[in-house]
Amino acid sequence: MTSNKKWLSVPYIFWSALFIVVPLGMILYYGLTDRTGAFTLDNIIAITTAGHAKALRLSLLLSLISTIICFLLAYPLAMILSQVQMKRHNFIILIFILPMWMNFLLRTLAWQTLLEKNGVINHLLTFLHLPAIKIINTPAAIILGMVYNFLPFMILPLYNALAKIDPNVINAAHDLGADHLHTFTRIILPLSIPGIISGVTMVFIPALTTFVISSLLGGGKLLLIGDVIDQEFTRTSNWHLGSGLSMVLMIFILVNMVLSAIFDKEGEGSML
Amino acid sequence: MAKELIQLIDISKSFDGQMVLDELNLSIHENEFVTLLGPSGCGKTTTLRILGGFASPDTGRVVFDGQDITRIPPNKRQLNTVFQKYALFTHMTIAENIAFGLKIKKKSQSYIDDKIRYALKLVNLEGYENRMPDSLSGGQQQRIAIARAIVNEPKVLLLDEPLGALDLKLRQEMQYELIRMKNELGITFVYVTHDQEEALTMSDTIVVMNQGYIQQIGSPESIYNEPENAFVADFIGDSNIIPATMIEDKLVEILGTRFACVDTGFGRNKPVDVVIRPEDVILVEPADGIIQGVVTHLIFKGVHYEMEVTANGFEWLVHSTTLFPVGKEVGIHVDPFNIQIMNKPESEDEEAVAIDI
Amino acid sequence: MKSAAKRIYIALIVLFLYAPIGTLMVLSFNASKTRAKWGGFSFKWYIALFQNEEILRALANTLLIALLSSLIATVIGTIACIAMTGMKRQAKSILMGITNIPMLNADIVTGISLMLLYISLGIRFGMGTILLSHITFNIPYVILSVMPRMKQLNPSTYEAALDLGSSPINAFFKVVFPDLLPGILSGFLMAFTMSLDDFIITHFTKGVGVDTLSTKIYTEIKKGIKPEMYALSSLIFVTVLTLLVLINLSPDKKEKK
Repeated sequence: MTSNKKWLSVPYIFWSALFIVVPLGMILYYGLTDRTGAFTLDNIIAITTAGHAKALRLSLLLSLISTIICFLLAYPLAMILSQVQMKRHNFIILIFILPMWMNFLLRTLAWQTLLEKNGVINHLLTFLHLPAIKIINTPAAIILGMVYNFLPFMILPLYNALAKIDPNVINAAHDLGADHLHTFTRIILPLSIPGIISGVTMVFIPALTTFVISSLLGGGKLLLIGDVIDQEFTRTSNWHLGSGLSMVLMIFILVNMVLSAIFDKEGEGSML
Repeated sequence: MAKELIQLIDISKSFDGQMVLDELNLSIHENEFVTLLGPSGCGKTTTLRILGGFASPDTGRVVFDGQDITRIPPNKRQLNTVFQKYALFTHMTIAENIAFGLKIKKKSQSYIDDKIRYALKLVNLEGYENRMPDSLSGGQQQRIAIARAIVNEPKVLLLDEPLGALDLKLRQEMQYELIRMKNELGITFVYVTHDQEEALTMSDTIVVMNQGYIQQIGSPESIYNEPENAFVADFIGDSNIIPATMIEDKLVEILGTRFACVDTGFGRNKPVDVVIRPEDVILVEPADGIIQGVVTHLIFKGVHYEMEVTANGFEWLVHSTTLFPVGKEVGIHVDPFNIQIMNKPESEDEEAVAIDI
Repeated sequence: MKSAAKRIYIALIVLFLYAPIGTLMVLSFNASKTRAKWGGFSFKWYIALFQNEEILRALANTLLIALLSSLIATVIGTIACIAMTGMKRQAKSILMGITNIPMLNADIVTGISLMLLYISLGIRFGMGTILLSHITFNIPYVILSVMPRMKQLNPSTYEAALDLGSSPINAFFKVVFPDLLPGILSGFLMAFTMSLDDFIITHFTKGVGVDTLSTKIYTEIKKGIKPEMYALSSLIFVTVLTLLVLINLSPDKKEKK
């Protein structure tokens, strides 16, 4: 039995080596060499040039704000949902996965229609005699697009972490004299940390590295670090520079992975 | 008896239109070990949750020490609960778990440290302050749950099937531990279980419940020896419950044969049920018995033999230290004081009788 | 009062998530070609859709890739889960760490790294490279939903089947597989969804002239999206919605999660 099992792992080990490990090695190789194949750090240092640094700063700022907004929106929602009966668990997950079946680009594009100067929301606001909003083609619209696209990835891990808390643990806190605020800060919040870490990761990383949302809702004038890397590969064809900048991004991802490994040992905050 | 500490008055509670408790009345005294005993769905846990403040009754009042606490939230009640499956705070150390209630009450650190040491000594887990709950065995977690509750010096400790998740041997050990702790603390325990043996071992008073009604309240001895109806007789221990007719005072006809008994006041020719415990069925030579039968099954149970004897068309369950082989003809004798007469329920509904006390 | 506030909050979030979808559906019935104004109700984009070969080809590519990649990923992922239960603790945690990389890593980095791999190996870009890439990012979703089931599995049932004379393979399919099935199915669905919705990785690993719906839409954005696209995605969405509602309403609920 066990010896048979060893052979079963071969296809996957082979697959993950070829399609996960080796490709990452390729990025390292390209990132650390120039066109002649000689070793260089220039591609990484390139992040400090004005244009690149500005794009990275903007990316960090917008993705940080989006992550915070997602967290603030999702936590109360996940708390409410976690009180719903367990048998509706699958249904709840479906509601938040279902939008993914509408193409991601089209969904984001639809916000143009909603947000435009003559868009649906402004028509509605005018109808209600409220001032119109002008956020299309601004950083605010990019944040909205990020929040919109990645919110489910915050909701689901938080919901899973909160639904796992035994209701009696919360009862026990009340029983021992804790009021609602105390129970929340001392019991519920700390117990949901794996979900928070996982949710923050799953929003922050894609938001930091996205390159389509900015061109769809930001009017193409605001360059994020993802846009810069995309251009290096698809337009200027400087793969070495693109790889070097990707390596800078991977530093943030690595930090995140380490943090998750420390706080979420059991993989408790997983999405499913 | 000591003074009344808790009164549940006319408590009713339903979930989704289903009646869980129906006008329940119960008094609990100071320093008493009360066990709510019954099958699942009998309302015992709901009663405990109403006491703890985790559920509020639809009607009725909860009076604690002369004060109506029906609408008071759990965090303001002088009762503490030991939950099913412990409900420890897994992100805190043992010491932090125990200190939780005390820190909320803003006790001094030295007071808290003393209390932790005292509580861990009481539950025999000295030196476990800095361990995490997950690193403890089920039995140890159970003790911590008790320690966490008792440091708050509650007047009443509510225990919701606290031994349910432990294995048999540990359960028996913990039963003695709980009795010891209760005596040391000198407080009231309200204990919920479906295990009749646990109830008989530990309690001062047992409250047998079924379908939202109290079936009988009494000491373990009286519940075991004098069950008031077929439900209690059947639920507590093994027993022979046989339909019979009360001919007159002190004479009952069981399966066509007249037996002497000691009960009076049931009237004449009244249909009743009789309860005879298997250890009270005495097997003798056929000629010496009141009725005669044949042994049909035999199992060795360690302290005694368990036999089934078919006599007058009924399978009698018999416990005896003397062996009678299968196929042997025997006589059955029952002493008059071992025949317990019970009123027959007249309909299904009445099987669950509300008893006011 | 309190529960009313909770309901309103849930409703607002759901509205936020579904408003763009509603918008697209409305646009799919808009007789006017521009998004900006409402030209009356019309089915014409739905009719035009079935005459637009480019879009239909992109749809076929998308579905083919999604189906094949999620099927293959499900097989590889499930086998990997079984294999991992027999592995030493350390080897297992290393492999699980590697498995998590495509999920935690940025799509753009995954896409670029695979693109560089294909270039170095001299593989021609096309459907094949898209498929390989999708399988790669789908496997983690399968493993992550099958693994918890695997842990709950009672090893005695498999041994009991062997004890009763069944062959190892037979025992697996008769005893272990049914227990894993809910996890395998949800992994498959998750993989299918992710493949369908992917743009970034496909963008870097597709060849010239080969398009999925995502990349087709991306190239159309600059020229202006054809309203047929709205019609198509509305159709897909409604189909899936109907299927899921039917599955959820069906009385037999074997799955306890």
